[in-house]
Amino acid sequence: MDKKDEKKVIIELENVHKYYRMGENIVKAVNGVSLQIKEGEFVAILGPSGSGKSTMMNLIGSLDVPTKGKILLDHQDISTLSESDLAQIRGKKIGFIFQSFNLINNLTAKENVMLPMIFQGYSVEERNHRANKLMEMVELSERMGHAPNELSGGQQQRVAIARSLANSPEVILADEPTGNLDTKTGTNVMNFLQDLHKKGKTIVMVTHDVELIDSYPDIVYWLRDGKIEKITKRSKAGKG
Amino acid sequence: MLKDFFSLAFKNLRSRGIRSWLTLLGVFIGITAVVSLISLGNGLQLAVASQFGISANELITVQAGGISGYGPPGSTVVDPITRDDARAIERLSSVENTVVRNIRSAKIEFNDNIKFYYIGSLAQNKEDLDLVYTQLDQKPIFGRLLKESDLGKVVLGYNYYAKEEDWDGKPITVGKSILINDKKFEVIGILKKEGSLITDNVILMLEDDMDGLFDFGEVADIIVVQPKNKEDIDRTKEDVEKLLRQRRGVKEGKENFEVSTPESALAMVNNIIGGVKMFIIIVASISIFIGLIGIINTMTTSVMERRREIGIAKSIGARNEHIFLQFFIESSLLGLIGGIAGAFFGTMLGFAGMYGINSLLGTELVPNIDFLLILFSLIGSFLIGGIAGIIPAMQAAKQNPVEALRG
Repeated sequence: MDKKDEKKVIIELENVHKYYRMGENIVKAVNGVSLQIKEGEFVAILGPSGSGKSTMMNLIGSLDVPTKGKILLDHQDISTLSESDLAQIRGKKIGFIFQSFNLINNLTAKENVMLPMIFQGYSVEERNHRANKLMEMVELSERMGHAPNELSGGQQQRVAIARSLANSPEVILADEPTGNLDTKTGTNVMNFLQDLHKKGKTIVMVTHDVELIDSYPDIVYWLRDGKIEKITKRSKAGKG
Repeated sequence: MLKDFFSLAFKNLRSRGIRSWLTLLGVFIGITAVVSLISLGNGLQLAVASQFGISANELITVQAGGISGYGPPGSTVVDPITRDDARAIERLSSVENTVVRNIRSAKIEFNDNIKFYYIGSLAQNKEDLDLVYTQLDQKPIFGRLLKESDLGKVVLGYNYYAKEEDWDGKPITVGKSILINDKKFEVIGILKKEGSLITDNVILMLEDDMDGLFDFGEVADIIVVQPKNKEDIDRTKEDVEKLLRQRRGVKEGKENFEVSTPESALAMVNNIIGGVKMFIIIVASISIFIGLIGIINTMTTSVMERRREIGIAKSIGARNEHIFLQFFIESSLLGLIGGIAGAFFGTMLGFAGMYGINSLLGTELVPNIDFLLILFSLIGSFLIGGIAGIIPAMQAAKQNPVEALRG
């Protein structure tokens, strides 16, 4: 048992299934997945379109509950929790980064970063202080008062990274974080995620981009038709 | 935290399109109607009362009912009141004095212009004349009122002087002569402005002069009755009614005459105003109801349009109650904004209305700014917005985060 295995398990999926009804048919988006994500890991869930990775991300992020099986977040079964408790857990323990940034356009960049803190009841002073620090960290101090649509794609994604860190979550969940960015900006965003990982954050990234898995994740779960096809560790990643 | 949701709601409202604001028209119109109505307050009563020539004297007016045509009071009735009725009324123990007045339309000529206006007769002994002046409650702005000896002379309402355009640019002033039904009369006084189309256009002349122009015979258009005891005006009124019922052979409730005191006339005015108020309140209620539906509509649309935003908020930790609060507060604020605009516009309308009444009547009334009413209107509009927002806010809160994130 190496050192990593001794680390605390943060997220655990036990034989998880997620089915959707599409008209007359049942779509098995996730079909019997089991995995463990440990503290401080950089995990990638890789798969082609329709492989079930978005559903996986929703399940891991407790945005959705499984049809069958168990998802344990900090050893707590999320399917037993109320919607409000799930929201509370999401806000505290998970930070989301989306492909299309998902910032709120009526709010400034800084207000977007402060928003998750409102839901956790932080004081105005603390919100301001933390948002300033986070905006500084993503090198956007000068753009704090700008609306999202006044920022470039890369800048918006950096605001989204800052927002994901607002409540100091244990896990950062990134859904195709470079999907809407050019290569250079994408690399820049990945470097931010890498830095966070080095600082001890657990990163779970969902992507279809095979190139990304060479340099960043420790473990890659290869997903196909709702099932884990294979698991590769960093040294083997990208080699199939 | 509530403060944060208010702040978020304000930010969202700022970015709303004109469609959202148009839905506030209902609340706006409703609150405008209520606030302007109350701001006008007694000004409205005064305006209506003056149009009917009602003043706060303690005299009783008797006139025939059953009008058969258009004309001054008592002049076109089927069964007129007579001078004999007046004499009988005067014999009542509760009556001090009576005066007969006749009113007719006549041809007025001045500066080669012809118009048709009303002439009112004045009694020709000092005691009766004083009584009529008390009833009329009018003062001259130029010249003087008629004395019992002023045959061949007239006093005119304010409009003869003020509306010089009626006479080819020449105002009729004291000392000038006018032709009434082709007979020449000297103007010796102009009455103060009353703001009433009746009294501002009236011509007053002595009874004998008027008899020379019209053949009244025994007909009395109006009998002014002075009660012996001012406190007993209502009893005197009943006595007069009883007497006239006997004389005219009619049963109670089937009267073909009208006996009114200033109080009963004011009650009539208040009835009219009450009707107007009721109408405005109904209009206001309908408007507010439409406003409520409008807000429900715009908030429901807003929930549909902002599903993605709801999804984002839920993914970053917003509980259902947070989402509910955000939309509920936004809806309440929408109502409040409609209310603020309505209260402001209603107050302005009250001022404008009072200005209109003042310039019409020459009064110096100040509109009521009822801050308590405004406060209640604002609280009311906030609540209306809130009520309208409950269902859309519940819909927003219930959104599934995964589906909402898809937009």
